[in-house]
Amino acid sequence: MPNILREIADSAVALAKGFKVTFKAMVGPTVTENFPHEPPHFKDRYRGVHVLRRDENGLEKCVACFLCAAACPSNCIYIEATENTSDHRISAAERYAKVYNIDYNRCIFCGYCVEACPCDAITHGHGYDVVAYDMNSLVFRKEQLLEPLPAPVAAALKK
Amino acid sequence: MLENAFNVVMAHPLLLAVIKILIVFAVLSGIVAYLVYMERKVLAFMQARLGPMRVGPWGLLQPIADGLKLLLKEDIIPAGADKFVFLLAPAISVLAAFTVFAVIPFAGNFYISDINIGLLFILGVSSLGIYGIILGGWSSNSHYPLLGALRSSAQLVSYEVAAGMALVGVLLISNSLSMVEIVNRQQQMGVWNVFLQPLAFVIYVIAAVAETNRNPFDLPEAESELTAGFHTEYSGFRFALYFMAEYTNMVLVSCIAVTLFLGGWLRPFSSVHALDFLRWAPPVSLVGAAVFILWLGLQSRVPLERYFFVALALGCVAVGVIISYPLILNAVQGIFWFGVKVLAFLYAFIWYRATFPRYRYDQLMNVGWRWMIPLALANLIVTAVVRYLLSAHTPASPVAWLLR
Repeated sequence: MPNILREIADSAVALAKGFKVTFKAMVGPTVTENFPHEPPHFKDRYRGVHVLRRDENGLEKCVACFLCAAACPSNCIYIEATENTSDHRISAAERYAKVYNIDYNRCIFCGYCVEACPCDAITHGHGYDVVAYDMNSLVFRKEQLLEPLPAPVAAALKK
Repeated sequence: MLENAFNVVMAHPLLLAVIKILIVFAVLSGIVAYLVYMERKVLAFMQARLGPMRVGPWGLLQPIADGLKLLLKEDIIPAGADKFVFLLAPAISVLAAFTVFAVIPFAGNFYISDINIGLLFILGVSSLGIYGIILGGWSSNSHYPLLGALRSSAQLVSYEVAAGMALVGVLLISNSLSMVEIVNRQQQMGVWNVFLQPLAFVIYVIAAVAETNRNPFDLPEAESELTAGFHTEYSGFRFALYFMAEYTNMVLVSCIAVTLFLGGWLRPFSSVHALDFLRWAPPVSLVGAAVFILWLGLQSRVPLERYFFVALALGCVAVGVIISYPLILNAVQGIFWFGVKVLAFLYAFIWYRATFPRYRYDQLMNVGWRWMIPLALANLIVTAVVRYLLSAHTPASPVAWLLR
């Protein structure tokens, strides 16, 4: 008899535990996001549309070394390099990328280009809406990928 | 002539009944539709999801969209099906489910009819609903529906016995089969039947879950084994009818449990006058709902949704103010407490579904025949013996007075 009573009590406790789990989950936060109405939340390391970085002086970090293009398994990075001159200085080093295209029809967001980059010039941003009605507009140009000028530099340029 | 006809209609004894039937039917259909919404939402939150969000603000129009979709879908009848029975079966299910509400007292003064064999009527008609399932499964001429229907009938037979015997315990206390009388009796005794018949209550709740084919007893429609069970071959609005029947049955067993065990339309501790302030619960809970809706709405980033939620909250407050007038406040007491209790039951149904895994078939039969029915029998015998001893032979004691 005590065995049966204990079993009943144990089962009741077990049931209550189960109910508690589901109830906690109900009042707790959801994993699903209300996407189109609210911006999506990405983890810091999310690999989205690439961003070409600038240094603190507003110069492009990319030195057109082609390592990213070489590392790219889907061969989607196209670069044309040009020399910097003293009155036309784009990057801090000898050369800069005159053309820097990433073909998002082919990019697989593997992140090898980011790993390969010796200057930390190309990074993954959190852009996600890579959609278009024609394939040509999915080839992003340098101007689309570059991050904006740092605020002090932009302010100085305005003056 | 026209005036004459009008007078005849107004004086007709069936007029009030027809109006009540229409009200109950309309409200019930709405409740069933939004019960599906509630289930989807609660289940979703219990699984860390959001549930329907896209149709209307917070997916509030989802049930309507679902209904329209099912109405417009093609109604497929499988080749080789027994056409007449196939078409008839869902109607039987939904008809049986809705008919039973004729004897449910929603409040002390609001019920369609109060017949002196109310509970017997409920047991009789609601077990007709199983014909819809069996005939639907058989006439589909397909193996999954047939297996689902067989399981369903076996399950219903097993659990109907336990549920019936659990209810008899209540009858012994109430001295009546009339639903209204059973609630009145609880009011006279000053104690709900659940405190006098706790075992019967537990047995009835378990059997009720089994009878409505809900998780963890949803073997007749176990997705992983039987696709969709007895309604595999149904589509379009006939499928919707089965769906409606299931959810109507959920509301129904909740109503029965509330009426028989939880004091129907009585407020908690209705005999304790110190708690008379509880009669302000309807407007207060409406204002609480308004605050919740406002909180919900202000989180939304869509302007239109925010306006809608603010309007809804204001509407709740307005209704709360309206029902604060003493006359209306008294009128809504019964229906409010009844509704709250039924809602709690329905929520529990959804909660079970989110919490428990499905029984295996032999476990189901084991629980039904080796535990539920013996326990219900024991409860019945003990109740009967105690009732007899107290009523006939012992001098008046508090308990005897209670059960007199």
